[in-house]
Amino acid sequence: MRGALLTVLVFAPVAGALLIALLPRGAVRAQKMLGLGVTSVVFLLSLLLVRDFRTEPGMQFEVMRPWLPSVGISYHVGVDGISMWLVMLTTFLTPIALLGSWSSITDRVREFNVFMLLLEAGMVGVFVSLDLFLFYIFWEAMLIPMYFLIGIWGHERRIYAAVKFFLYTMAGSVLMLVAFLVLYRAAGLNTFDIVALTRARVDPALQMWLFAAFALAFAIKVPMWPFHTWLPDAHVEAPTAGSVILAGVLLKMGGYGFLRLAFPLFPEAAARFAPWIGLLAVIGIVYGALVSLVQPDLKKLVAYSSVSHLGFVMLGIASFTTTAVTGAIYQMLNHGISTGALFLMVGMLYDRRHTRQIAAFGGLKAVMPWFAAVFLMVTLSSIAVPGFNGFVGEFLILLGSFGRTLTGGWSTALVCVAVSGVILAAAYMLWMVQRVFYGEVTDPHNASLPDLDLREGVVLVPLVVLALVMGVLSPYFTSRIEPAVASLVVNVHGRQFVQPVAADAGAPSERGR
Amino acid sequence: MNALMEMPYQVVPFLVLALPLAGFTVLALFGDSIKRGKPYETTGAGYLACGTVIVAFLLAAWSVRSLLGLGVRAEDLRFAQPSLGWPPGDPERWPLAWISVGGLEIPFALLLDPLSSLLLLVVTGIGSLIHVYSLGYMAHDEDRVRYFSYLNLFTFFMLVLVLAGNLPLMFVGWEGVGLCSYLLIGFWFKKKSASDAGKKAFIVNRIGDAGLILGMIVAFHAFGTLDLVDIASNAGSLTPDRLGQVGAITAVCLLLFVGAAGKSAQIPLHVWLPDAMEGPTPVSALIHAATMVTAGVYMVARLAPLYHASPTASVVVAVIGAATALMAATIAMVQTDIKKVLAYSTVSQLGFMFLAAGSGAYGAAVFHLFTHAFFKALLFLGSGSVIHAMGGEQDIRKMGGLLKKIPVTGATFAIGTAAIAGVPFLSGFYSKEEILAGTLGAPALGPLLLGVGLFTAGLTAFYMTRLFVLTFLGRFRGDLETEHHLHESPMSMLVPLCLLAVGSIVTGWHWLIDVPGFLQPVFRLPEAHVHHVGWLMPAAIGVALAGIAVAAFLYTLYADVPARLKERLGGVYRVLDAKYGFDRAYDAFASRVVVGGSETLLWKGIDTSVIDRAVNGAGEVTAAVSRRVRLLQSGVVRGYALVILMGTVAILGYLMWPR
Repeated sequence: MRGALLTVLVFAPVAGALLIALLPRGAVRAQKMLGLGVTSVVFLLSLLLVRDFRTEPGMQFEVMRPWLPSVGISYHVGVDGISMWLVMLTTFLTPIALLGSWSSITDRVREFNVFMLLLEAGMVGVFVSLDLFLFYIFWEAMLIPMYFLIGIWGHERRIYAAVKFFLYTMAGSVLMLVAFLVLYRAAGLNTFDIVALTRARVDPALQMWLFAAFALAFAIKVPMWPFHTWLPDAHVEAPTAGSVILAGVLLKMGGYGFLRLAFPLFPEAAARFAPWIGLLAVIGIVYGALVSLVQPDLKKLVAYSSVSHLGFVMLGIASFTTTAVTGAIYQMLNHGISTGALFLMVGMLYDRRHTRQIAAFGGLKAVMPWFAAVFLMVTLSSIAVPGFNGFVGEFLILLGSFGRTLTGGWSTALVCVAVSGVILAAAYMLWMVQRVFYGEVTDPHNASLPDLDLREGVVLVPLVVLALVMGVLSPYFTSRIEPAVASLVVNVHGRQFVQPVAADAGAPSERGR
Repeated sequence: MNALMEMPYQVVPFLVLALPLAGFTVLALFGDSIKRGKPYETTGAGYLACGTVIVAFLLAAWSVRSLLGLGVRAEDLRFAQPSLGWPPGDPERWPLAWISVGGLEIPFALLLDPLSSLLLLVVTGIGSLIHVYSLGYMAHDEDRVRYFSYLNLFTFFMLVLVLAGNLPLMFVGWEGVGLCSYLLIGFWFKKKSASDAGKKAFIVNRIGDAGLILGMIVAFHAFGTLDLVDIASNAGSLTPDRLGQVGAITAVCLLLFVGAAGKSAQIPLHVWLPDAMEGPTPVSALIHAATMVTAGVYMVARLAPLYHASPTASVVVAVIGAATALMAATIAMVQTDIKKVLAYSTVSQLGFMFLAAGSGAYGAAVFHLFTHAFFKALLFLGSGSVIHAMGGEQDIRKMGGLLKKIPVTGATFAIGTAAIAGVPFLSGFYSKEEILAGTLGAPALGPLLLGVGLFTAGLTAFYMTRLFVLTFLGRFRGDLETEHHLHESPMSMLVPLCLLAVGSIVTGWHWLIDVPGFLQPVFRLPEAHVHHVGWLMPAAIGVALAGIAVAAFLYTLYADVPARLKERLGGVYRVLDAKYGFDRAYDAFASRVVVGGSETLLWKGIDTSVIDRAVNGAGEVTAAVSRRVRLLQSGVVRGYALVILMGTVAILGYLMWPR
């Protein structure tokens, strides 16, 4: 089982998709049940990953089979501390997203479920691939179901949004593909194996070009400022499940790509570009928050807030210390949970009122007290109130990005500006909460909205509980992330940035020194 | 083995924390079903909330009493750090950590020393009284289950704040009380002004918190630890670092003080506290007078050795404190809302505490924190009783002569007024005298600070006497109906008032409780040589009595003089009435620069007009090209699949082509 587990996690959703495709068009309930069932089983199976994961660096659950040996392409999968939790995030959010849109998707239910399952397979595939070719196939395969999810089940301007999404990411992907091929030739190892290529030394001058190509593809995916404008449109037009997966998992692909490919493959270039990545990240933090502040549409507000949150993640990655990168990965998980929950809840409001305009609401706390309470908790998670998950991530990123980092002399300034995101996040989220939930009910349509029902409760409770658990017991998660990150940092720098100078012998010392 | 390592000391602090948290959890999860039951059952929610805090108080009192019996010295404090571990009770146990990455290790460790135990008693003791008072005050509010759940949650976070053994854990309490403050200020959420005030409180506090976060980060990089005892005990012997030893300490102190200024409402972050009066009055007493707002003072005192090591930071703290004390006192002189007078008075008194801390008189700062908690809670609860009697009216111009109508409230309010004004033999007199004496120990500007302190003490006596006279003496100036309904409050409200009145008298008596002496080991400083200048005490008594006398004469015998003064000094009055223009300037900045700029410049400017135009332009070029190769664009999935397949084959072909 241990060897086959990852393969099962990738291909079980594909098998499920095939089964659903075989069901008769009218058997809507069976299609939904099968979709939810398969994804739930995949989630339960993925728990084995956590159970059997060893707290150590290096790849685990590894499988390597030659595929096209003549060109050095193999089916090579495996996870380490960086990818394991991202796989978990994917398998956790997919059934939640399906259950969350249980009653809001009424048209072409079969196709919807098929696409969702294929999407899951693609996402898991990206996170477990250790072969560039395999990685690329999953990377592209994931794009197609998302394109159709937006284009078919989206809202008014869905075609514009879907095409914009597709063109933006394709532009990046094509560059990345070219870079893959150039790297393949330049490394001269006749292999696409990521682990093997990481050990190869590419000429520093060429590294710059290749890193730039990778970085652009991943920066679009994150999205980093100024490559972010596809995101608000894609989110606003996507159906709820699409938004949840898009924000929850797809936005993590960029950061993951930087960590798995761009930084380890091109260390010299990474060191050169890191301050600039840090700069764009910090601009994204402030810019995303400020633009979020003035959005009249709930979904757009949450979408721009993602630009800000992902700015924190990228700041952590650019700083490239063990603490900051661990924090960045933690923050990716946190963002998946809190923003996933926000999109689900905005979707619930949309199901009730068929609008997402903030101005259409007001006074909902009196009408839907439980909904308001859960929304507030998700808000607190999102704005990083300590006790919730978001704080741990942001604190680790900020703390790890200060002092001696890969962003060099800019680190202090970057952290000082980034910390203002903490203030702005409170401003845009609490202002939104005030306008939606507080005050008198002014619109009669809002006067009798039903509170959370059982299904919605089942969808939201796991997210809120996880947000709290990850906020209080972070070492359970970070201890599994840290060894992989520490070895990554050492491999890229050849050394560890020694972060704090211990004041006395009693103080804890830097691990992995 | 040290006595402090024994079981009770390791467990009791966690038990104290668990009680209010349990109360909150029960009320939050099951409050709804309690409410749907019979209406009288909601009083059960109140009793539950009161019960958890009272039991927590008893436990706290027991542990503090035994702590006193042990005679704790500074060297013992490390043993007074109970921490969570697994399995519990095992000395070799694995410590449970909240955060553990890289060199950063944040355990769930508490710190029970004289300073935290004093605060522990204040929070649970005054907290209990205010919980009980709320039983009466909130008796007619239909949403009191929610009210009591928030109150319990607040108590939990406040206890985390004062008991935390390291800075990040303290920050949990710090932001947690801020959250509860937000929820309770905006408790009557249907009122726009209430939800506005709650939001403002949270965001202004977040500005301070950003400074606090940066402070923690710099502290960790400079000192290698965030443990409060480690920082305090190493402050004198810190190894020089890149920033330079003193530079790093000053940076940490100033950044942390930004956080303190936010939480404790000091210039320029004081603007949220007067607005916070939108919350129910017991909340104003508990959170915005006795406990939460003093957290900044507590933190500075907690890190006394660090601030002591940085004269620059200390002077900044003292100057900001003195300026805030003076500014808020002048504003309080012209306020007409009973709670607003008390709010500005709180801002002013907090300024006094920072004045003391910045001058190096940390004991005096915490001493004033302690006495202030009693008399200010008394005054707020008294004002609540007045508002209760007046049917919700808060304008002191419509009051007058209430002493005869509500004598218990009036008498206790008089005691509170005398205590804060600095009348001899009452608590406030002693702590304020200690602060004034302490200012002469400031690293710089000592005489100036003393002058401002004395002058502000006079102003304090003035505006508090004005408040008392206008409210309780003279003729009733409200309408007949209100007068007809005037009634004394129920026992649940009067008993806390009387107990707090006793506290306002006796907490300053050295022979009863020697607060500065009790706290001395915590600050790890050489015995502070207090500059007891001979003329200081007579001067302090003099300004207090002068302030009282002037206000009493102006507002009783010469009642027309204030109005004439207001006319004569129109300019000054307008500045005071506009609260020096802070709110206006901030509002203008927030709405014009931040919101306006984000909307026109960033969103509609850069995003839509620049980036998207470029993207769409590129898209149009693509579209124009593809119109020529339109045949390929079938729009069918199979078509795309075919293209992708062909592409794949082409790439594979390229790869397999012999080099």
